[in-house]
Amino acid sequence: MTGHAPAKRPNQLFRNLNSKIASIPMILIAMGIFLGGSLWTILYSFTNSKLLPRLSFVGLDQYERLWNTSRWIVSIQNLAIYGILSLIFSLVIGFLLAALMDQKIRFENAFRTIFLYPFALSFIVTGLVWQWILNPEFGIQGIVRSLGFENFTFDPLYNPDIVIYGILIAGLWQGTGLVMCLMLAGLRGIDEDIWKAARVDGIPMWRTYLFVVIPMMRPVFITTLVIIASGIVKVYDLVVAQTSGGPGNASEVPAKYVYDYMFQAQNLGQGFAASTMMLLTVAIIIIPWAYLEFGGKKRG
Amino acid sequence: MANISTLNTTGAGFDTVAADVSGPRGRRPKRVLSRRNIILYGVLSVAALYYLLPLYVMVVTSLKGMPEIRMGNIFSPPMEITFEPWVKAWAEACTGLNCDGLSRGFWNSVQILVPSVVVSIFVASVSGYSLANWRFKGSELFFSILIIGAFIPYQVMIYPVVIALRELGVYGTLTGLVIVHTIFGMPILTLLFRNYFASLPVELFKAARIDGAGFWQIYLRIMLPMSLPIFVVAMILQVTGIWNDFLFGVVFTRPDTYPMTVQLNNIVNSVQGVKEYNVNMAATLLTGAVPLIVYFVSGRLFVRGIAAGAVKG
Repeated sequence: MTGHAPAKRPNQLFRNLNSKIASIPMILIAMGIFLGGSLWTILYSFTNSKLLPRLSFVGLDQYERLWNTSRWIVSIQNLAIYGILSLIFSLVIGFLLAALMDQKIRFENAFRTIFLYPFALSFIVTGLVWQWILNPEFGIQGIVRSLGFENFTFDPLYNPDIVIYGILIAGLWQGTGLVMCLMLAGLRGIDEDIWKAARVDGIPMWRTYLFVVIPMMRPVFITTLVIIASGIVKVYDLVVAQTSGGPGNASEVPAKYVYDYMFQAQNLGQGFAASTMMLLTVAIIIIPWAYLEFGGKKRG
Repeated sequence: MANISTLNTTGAGFDTVAADVSGPRGRRPKRVLSRRNIILYGVLSVAALYYLLPLYVMVVTSLKGMPEIRMGNIFSPPMEITFEPWVKAWAEACTGLNCDGLSRGFWNSVQILVPSVVVSIFVASVSGYSLANWRFKGSELFFSILIIGAFIPYQVMIYPVVIALRELGVYGTLTGLVIVHTIFGMPILTLLFRNYFASLPVELFKAARIDGAGFWQIYLRIMLPMSLPIFVVAMILQVTGIWNDFLFGVVFTRPDTYPMTVQLNNIVNSVQGVKEYNVNMAATLLTGAVPLIVYFVSGRLFVRGIAAGAVKG
């Protein structure tokens, strides 16, 4: 770096000038929005901005208020329940479906098309369909009752205790197809010779999956995990469409909290603090992954 | 490849005779209705039914009249098919004071979709091209920030964007929303294009440079014609993504320019009036139709698009 002759300096700026000009939007977006915007939000989360952002710092007051607000606590609890269950179920269901699809079956394309089509639909559409299916009067509950089980109760969207599971059902319906596709790609990446070796050793198929194939698919699992997890933190439209956060505030999620405080309650400081907490959550997921993925190259 | 069929049969603990993996193998007639097959296809079919059920319910409900919905169950096929809910959803359903149905939202969405897709793909493809073929000092750093940005929740960046658009005087306008979609589509699209351009033989690029072609000439004459498949993948990704967007629609548009998803939610979840479930389901289907058609037509390319989305980061 320092060894270069100073005479070369002026040229440096104009090398690849067209490329630099063409990259201006990318640079602006990366530095201005992604980096700058995030820092801006973090900075203003320490202020008491209300209707308009103002730089009057109040330290951690907003965070204190945030964690004393029952609605935020409910949101975080919901996100935790939804997140953990949806991770487990979508990984398990996705992997099982992929393993079944990997058996050289007929109509593979038809099955894949069916499993994946919900992923093409928006969360709004997903939420509204499941709102209808879970409608206590006409939906599943109504039908089972009309079959003679008068006391059958299944009204997740109207019961504050289980409303988050109603949302989970819809979320899983929408998202497991993607997981299945990723897992299937991972399974197809396993060398046939591995299967032959396991076969020669007389290892039953389920054990081969459990002790050989799944450990080999570690990178696929981790990537999938990160994708699902960063999607979960963003969950917003699904809740808005299915329950609007209700009954009461039993199905609130952080993303909705942020939106409501920023654009409805005009309490920007709270919104900023809450969104910074979301950023922190994502960072907790992403940083270990990035470390494993890019930092742990010695592992081999 | 052919051996795998014998491998699998043992998996279900069935038919251990087929141990001769390396031996000469004739075509051993396979029983179609083996226990393994019944379980395999049984499970897959049940799963397929579960996935198809909501689509079926949507279609069936949207073709019934309200009296029939109140009487029957949601799974039964309509006794009398009526298209009235569809007409009503398209042309008459109310949101607030506007009673011209989802058609307004549809055209709003189309107006948002077309420029957003074009602009975002153009900007991202040029950036990807720069990153792949014309690296400069710091370009990889910007790219890394962009990719990390894909994981940042939108809620963190949304207010700074609001301010930026307000300063530019385009907050609440179509231009503003196009900019927003371009911004948030950048990470994945740039990654997609960068990787694709980097996989093209670099000799072509060098030959064109020796022939005196510049940055834009190589992009337009060489890269673009060679990369049509990836442009199609990017288009699928953006069309479904932008059409399905809700958050940006709510934040960055005004009620009379709401995209279809927002309008749909307002129609279905409005608290006023009698709930017309058949109209709601017709409206839901209408909104889902565009991405569904894209999905069914594009088939494998769609899978490729989400696979590309999956390797982000």
